[in-house]
Amino acid sequence: MFNLKSASVNYEGKVILQDINLHINAGEILALVGHSGSGKSSLLKLLYDKQKLDSALIPQEYGLVQNLSVFHNVFMGQLGQNSVWYNLLNLIKPLSEPVSKVKNKLQQLQLEEKIFEPVAKLSGGQQQRTAIARALFHDGKILLADEPISSLDETQSQQVMSLLCHQFETIVFSLHDVDLALKYCDRIIGLDHGKIVINAPAKDLNRAELLKLYA
Amino acid sequence: MHKAAIIFKHSNRWKLSWLFVAIAILCLFFADLRINTYDPTAEFSRMLSGLLHPSLMSVSDPIDAFLQTVAFAILGVALGCISGFFLALLFRFKLLRICCALLRSVHELFWALIFLQIFGLHPITGLLALAIPYAATFAKVFAEIIEEGDHRAYNTIRNHTDFVSAFFYAQLPDLWNHFLTYTSYRLECGLRSSAVLGFVGLPTLGYYLNTAFLEGEYSEVWALLILFYILIASIRYWVRPKLLPIYLITAPFIISNDSLITFENIGRFFTHDIIPSPLRQNEPIVSLWHWFSELFINEALPGIFNTLVLSQLALVLTGVVALLWFPLISKLFFKGFGRASGNSFLIIMRSTPEYILAFILLILWGPSMLPAIIALTLHNAAIIAHLMGRYSNNLKLRQDASRGISLYLFEMLPRIYGQFLAFLFYRWEIIIRETAILGILGIATLGFYIDSAIADIRFDKAMVLIAITALLNVAVDILARYIRNRLRLKTTAECA
Repeated sequence: MFNLKSASVNYEGKVILQDINLHINAGEILALVGHSGSGKSSLLKLLYDKQKLDSALIPQEYGLVQNLSVFHNVFMGQLGQNSVWYNLLNLIKPLSEPVSKVKNKLQQLQLEEKIFEPVAKLSGGQQQRTAIARALFHDGKILLADEPISSLDETQSQQVMSLLCHQFETIVFSLHDVDLALKYCDRIIGLDHGKIVINAPAKDLNRAELLKLYA
Repeated sequence: MHKAAIIFKHSNRWKLSWLFVAIAILCLFFADLRINTYDPTAEFSRMLSGLLHPSLMSVSDPIDAFLQTVAFAILGVALGCISGFFLALLFRFKLLRICCALLRSVHELFWALIFLQIFGLHPITGLLALAIPYAATFAKVFAEIIEEGDHRAYNTIRNHTDFVSAFFYAQLPDLWNHFLTYTSYRLECGLRSSAVLGFVGLPTLGYYLNTAFLEGEYSEVWALLILFYILIASIRYWVRPKLLPIYLITAPFIISNDSLITFENIGRFFTHDIIPSPLRQNEPIVSLWHWFSELFINEALPGIFNTLVLSQLALVLTGVVALLWFPLISKLFFKGFGRASGNSFLIIMRSTPEYILAFILLILWGPSMLPAIIALTLHNAAIIAHLMGRYSNNLKLRQDASRGISLYLFEMLPRIYGQFLAFLFYRWEIIIRETAILGILGIATLGFYIDSAIADIRFDKAMVLIAITALLNVAVDILARYIRNRLRLKTTAECA
């Protein structure tokens, strides 16, 4: 599905990623762990560039349009599959069919009451769940998610993780929470200063080993 | 609020936009949009053939035309800038704010028409016509810049020192660049205004353009216009801080001429010309009321009505066209050659003063509201599209954002619409002011009645009509500000 061979990324003269060798099979669920600035987001961006069409994306800064409602932001997940006229019509007046589909996704995230609220009026956690709903609404098989649960509480985090792992076949998460990484993922990639320092099945790793990355 | 979010409701911005469109459609029934000329295409092809052979051969003194235009602009803007700066420091006084709003609401051309009566063709006419409205605008914008600046350093030292030292140490250094940016932007406006002043008789570019237009010498028109575009496009090369003192010293010599100010003229203007004729002839006070009500019903009311109808149509059309044009310079839609040509198109449209655009279109289509609406739209839409395009280039989109029309509709439009409305409502007052002015060209807005009154040597009437025009502008400005506050729209000073 993904195959990176000694990939590097430089930005404004600084090395962001170097000598990345990573092979990801279809059906695998991966977690990228490492402290801020270790290159997790850049690696996710690189992966997204390789599989633009099939991948749903949850960017770290959500990428929501503040002046549009939750419905419209979620509906954006399927813009590419509809005709321009259908998209335009839904922008002017939401049609009942997509509304019920979007509502369905929002129910899973306890957000259905906010469906026509402008995103600007939502709390940080609600905005993050809107971005998650947009990814769920995307019909791809692959998910690339950058810190998708950073603003959610413990219970919600667990719900969202199992929801995402249930819907998508192949997932690459970037995660701070090593416990969730160990619980939901098949394989853990540890990054440090733009290099892969851990690449092992989750069952062979433990909490203490991963926490060393943050030391 | 909990329940409300389950039902889809359009935003206030949406409703307001359609209200304005609905009013504009209503205005269509009252607008005269005919094409009156016999053969517009033939005239247009004559214009185009002029563009193919631009020539300065028969312009009497093209270098002087440009020197005069630049000299008036630099001196007028400098005078306005300096007085505006000091006025801005006193802007907390309400009376001053009201005075500035009134001075601002009278267009440069009207000021020029007034001063022509007082000072004749003496250079002070052009200088004051530019400096007065510019000073009032500078005062407002500079005051806004100071208001929005960081006050912490100032508040810390204010108790230990006087106002002037505190201001120069703790505020000016951080605001200096904002002042500079805005002043250089206003210099560009000043060049346009200075050129247009020629249309009422000052020796600037407009004077030569007017002559060339009326004689149908389109090759000269184009030569002058092309040089004018080059002059404006090259501003940043010839306006240098080090060169400014030289310009400021030489400019007075360029604009000086041998016409004299006579105190007799000045006295007559204030004690005779502008006194309402019933008072002048010692008639009873009732006849003053008759004089005024007749003027109001027969000239001011139709003038106000036409001004509002025309400006409403121009405002809405400007909005629509700006929304279509801004992608031309947006990095997200066009690249390389496409974006560069989009950019030069917008530069040409916004560098051409709406007065000149209206003049050209009027020759093609004859006097109706149509040429005025199109001229106002082309000029203002280019300005708003330029500002929005620049704003859109700073937007950060998510990596998986859609493309093409979906990108425009779902990602761009919702993000920039608030900014767009803010720009548009900021231009509203300017569009009204320009609409009034275009009356001079023969379209029955307020300017038409003012110009006719002056042509009939009825300055008492003209002054009342100018005052009414100013009040109309102030009213629209207050309404626009109310709407901007209601919708919480923020603008930058740059589109003033």
